[in-house]
Formats: sequence, C-alpha cells, structure tokens
Amino acid sequence: MAEFFQLLVSGLATGSIYALAAVGFTLLWQASKVINFAQGEFVMLPAFFILIGTQVLGWNFIVALLFALICTLVLLGYFFKRVIIDPMLPHGVLPIVIATIALGIVMRDSVKEFYSAEAQPFPAVFSEETVSVFGAVISVQDIAILITSLAAITLLQVFLTRTRTGRCMQATAQNRAVAEILGVNVKRMILYTFLINAALALMASVLISPIYLAKFSNGQSIGLIAFIAAIVGGFNQVRGALVGGLLIGVIDNLSAAYISAEYRTAFPLILLIIIILVRPQGLLGTAEERTV
Amino acid sequence: MRPMTIAGLAVLGLLIVLPFGLKGYGIYILSLWIVYSIAAMGLNLTLGYAGQVSLAQAAFLGIGAYTTALLMKAGYPFFVGFGLSAGICFGVGLILGYPALRVQHHFLAFVTLGFNALVWLVFRNEEWLTGGTYGLMGFSRPSFFGVSTNNPVVFYFFSLALFLLLAFVLWWIVRSPWGRAFQALRENPIRANSLGVDVRRMTLLAFAIGSAYGGMAGSLFAPLVEFIDPQSFMLDTSLMLLLMVIVGGSGHFFGPILGALLVILLPEWLRFTEGLYLIIYASLVIVLLAVCPSGLLGLYERTAAAVRARSSDRRESAGGSAP
Repeated sequence: MAEFFQLLVSGLATGSIYALAAVGFTLLWQASKVINFAQGEFVMLPAFFILIGTQVLGWNFIVALLFALICTLVLLGYFFKRVIIDPMLPHGVLPIVIATIALGIVMRDSVKEFYSAEAQPFPAVFSEETVSVFGAVISVQDIAILITSLAAITLLQVFLTRTRTGRCMQATAQNRAVAEILGVNVKRMILYTFLINAALALMASVLISPIYLAKFSNGQSIGLIAFIAAIVGGFNQVRGALVGGLLIGVIDNLSAAYISAEYRTAFPLILLIIIILVRPQGLLGTAEERTV
Repeated sequence: MRPMTIAGLAVLGLLIVLPFGLKGYGIYILSLWIVYSIAAMGLNLTLGYAGQVSLAQAAFLGIGAYTTALLMKAGYPFFVGFGLSAGICFGVGLILGYPALRVQHHFLAFVTLGFNALVWLVFRNEEWLTGGTYGLMGFSRPSFFGVSTNNPVVFYFFSLALFLLLAFVLWWIVRSPWGRAFQALRENPIRANSLGVDVRRMTLLAFAIGSAYGGMAGSLFAPLVEFIDPQSFMLDTSLMLLLMVIVGGSGHFFGPILGALLVILLPEWLRFTEGLYLIIYASLVIVLLAVCPSGLLGLYERTAAAVRARSSDRRESAGGSAP
C-alpha cells in the first residue's frame, strides 16, 4: 500500500509536468490551429539555455533562469511564430505539421552537435529530501513539483476566464472573425498564446530536467506523452490537458512497477487508442465539428 | 511524347547502364535508393494523394523486413515473405487507420507516431523472435530459377524489376477512378464527400495500401542489407521517409523517388559537414515548405509555368510591335 501511494505521488508529479506541455499544446491548437510536433523539443531546449548560463557563462541559477526565460520567449515564442508558423499558415495544416517535425529535428540535432550528446545533470530547484507519510516515503521535490504546476495551470485558467485579455484570447480561439469584428486585436492575442506556450515549456523543462537529466533526445518521449495527454483529456480544454497529463503520469508509473517495465511506454499508447475508439473527443472534451 | 515521359525513359536507361560503371558501395547505395523509393511511393499515396500524415512508415518497413527475414531463415522462399509482408502491413494499416480516421485528420499522425514507438519496443524487447538489439542475420539473398541474387548487380536488377512493377501498379491506382477519388478528397474533402466519395473509406484504403508498400520495401531491405536490427526502424527513419516525400513533391508521382535520391545522396555530399547534415537538411525542408509546399517538383512546375508565361508575353509584345 505504501509503495502504491509512493508511485501515485511521483506519477502525479511527473504527470503534472506533462500537463504543462499538454496545456501549451492545446492553447496553440485552439488559437491558431497549429499542431506543434516540436512541443517535446520545446520542453527539452530551455534546460540547455539554463545550462549555457550556469556552465558556459558561469552565472548563478537565478540569472541563468532569467536568461533562459528571455531566450525561450524570444526564440520559442516570437520567432517560432514569425519565422516558422506565419509563412506556413496560408498553406494549411499539413505543411505546419511537417515544418514543426523538421524544426524538432533541427533543435534536437543542434543540441547534440553544439552542446553535448550526453545526458547532463541539472540542478534541482526543490529540496531532494524525503518525508515519511504513513510509512510511504514521499519526495519533497515531487510534492513541490505537483503544487507548482497545478498553481501555474490554475493561474492560467484564472487569467483566461477572469481578465479582459484572457477573454479576448478565448474569443479569438472560439471564432476569429467575430472576435476581430468585436475589436479584439486578434494578431496580438495569438502572439500571447505563443508566448504563454513558450513560458509553459520553460517551466516544464526546469521541473522535469532534474528528474530525467537534460538530454537532446528527451523531447521525443515528452512530446509524444504531451500529445497523448492532450488527446486523452480533450483537445479543446485546458482542464482536459491537465487531467490527461496527470492520468498518463500515474498510469506510466503504476504500469512500469506492476505490469512491465520493458513496455512502460506502451501503456499510454494503448490508453490513447482506447480513448480514440471509445471517446474520441477526450475525457473532458466537447465534440467538435468533424473537419473530415 | 511529353517531356516527363522522355525524362522517365532517360532515367530508366541510366538506371540500367549505371551499375556497370559503379563499384560495390555505389551499387549498394543505388539499391538502397530503390528500396526507400518504394516505401516513399507508398507514403506518397497516403500523404500526397489522400492528405494524411503517417509517421509509421519505418514501422511497416520493419514489419516487412522482420517477416521476410524470419521466414527466409525458416527456409521459405522470398516471395512468401514478400507477399506476407504486404498482407500484414495492409491489415495493420486498416486496423490502425480505422479508429484514427474516425475523428480528425491529424489524429492519424499521432496514432502512427505512437505505433512506430510501440513496434520499435516489440522489435527490441522480444528477443526470442527478433534477436532484440543484436538483430537478425544469417538469411541469404533469394535465388530464382537457379540464379542467385548474391551478386550485388543481380540483386540490384531484381530490386529494379520489383520497383518498376510496384511503380506501375501505383501509377495504375492513381489513374483509376479510385485514384481520382483520392485526389478529389485531398483537394476538397467536403466537395468530394458531396459528390459521393466515401471519404473515410478512401482515406483508409490509401493509408493501408501505402503501408503495404512500406512492408514490401522492408521485404527487399532485409536481403539487401543482410542484417536487421531495431535501430533501422526508429521514428527517425519514419521522419526521413516523410521528408523524402515532402522534398520531392508530395502528390507528384515522381516526387518521392526524387526525394529518396536526395536523402540517400545528401549525406554522401554533405559528409564534410559531419554531424551538421541533419540540421542543414531539416532547415532546407522548412525553407522549401515556406517557399513552395508542393516540393521540388512543384517548384519546377511553377518555374516552368512562369518561364512559359514570360516567353509567350514576349512573343505577344514582339508581335504587337512588328508592322
């Protein structure tokens, strides 16, 4: 029982990180119909911005974090939108899918070539001590990760529903033409979405890298899990991505411990296929109009 | 004759003469190109004609390769493995595509992405069957009517013959009412639907046939390389195949063949850049997509059309100024 509880908590912790990536993913999709196949690499890269700051330039962690924040917002937010997405948008969804796949390759191989092909240790943001709760050994880091990500997603939800800018963003996501008629600055709202996605990616990167180490190839598995979380939860819901992320984190952990460690990555995939068969709009999603 | 036909015949002539002027490695590269071309042609049917992204072509390549290798090791003739590879991949394509295509078009991309990861896990973990990370070897190249294809040139011509056959079948599919339906639904799914095309069934069929081509390519890949391991069928290979189709020109019949040639030759040309090769290649793909999403052949067609328009303009203006 104690073991089960331990696995549950650490599953929720990693799951909440996946949720951060999945939320950004769904936001992008809602705002501009961009399916970002480089989302996993978006989570992988900011950790290396921080490592450049702390190891190459010799800054302390906080300065490096600020540096990474700026790099992430500029490169993965602004430039991603202006250089990659904007020229592709008139061509439809398919070229964007392929361009983001190619972008993922560029990011992955650039880190491998210009930084390191080896997994890099990454400083833990939170204490790595453990506490004992009813016989279960719970890591403080896991609890802190869970609280931080949930707080971030809650804040985002409050921002989207309670502030004027947030509501304008939602209006843009729901119906771009009408939002524009009503005087919403649609272009700026879409840019905000890209910036929020970049910030969420940075956050996920800082939280996950102490656990899995920073490595160029991390993006592939993180990206796949973020897609699955978004689809399982519901592609058009922020809440859905959160539930999907947590669920996948727990399933991943429990199945690795109780069923098969070798086929660990297979269980989220099986869940994906079941969801698509049984409830294609996702657990919390509302059915969208079929786009054929 | 149309210029495309002439070019096709010239290339075919070159393909017949070329192996006699090449050494072992050159012939190997040429054979590899043929194998990847078959896989990319199949993917082109899925992507270029039916407008679906499949990220599992490497998995189908792998299924074909392992099926053929295992059957040949068990003593069955090559064509049993070849046929079975095509059949299995067609079936898997149907099973995989059916749930995915129920929802939205991009779902197939996610499902196939997951499927490729899953298949790779099976190749790596099921050591009793696939040899795990050690891979499979010890299967000989097939022989027909007493002629062994152990000689690289003979194997090359054997692959070329199969390639031409499969290309012809695909050409026929694309030209048939079926193929027209594929194109109709890529251009405008809603319109195709209202004209009586069963969009879901046609898309599913295109994906399944495309997957079967992946399986047949894999079936040739195994005896060509004579050693297979899970590494060759990772997601990266699927991405490479996808980029081949895009670069060459998805939806153009010769697009994937040109794309495969580039992807095979580029690492040889860009060898001096060492590890930067993939970065350069992927960046070029992004630029190409921004400039011309229909690939190199699309770019060629557009330029040719522009040149023609300009020369006819000139002729008109010249005609106007003459007395």
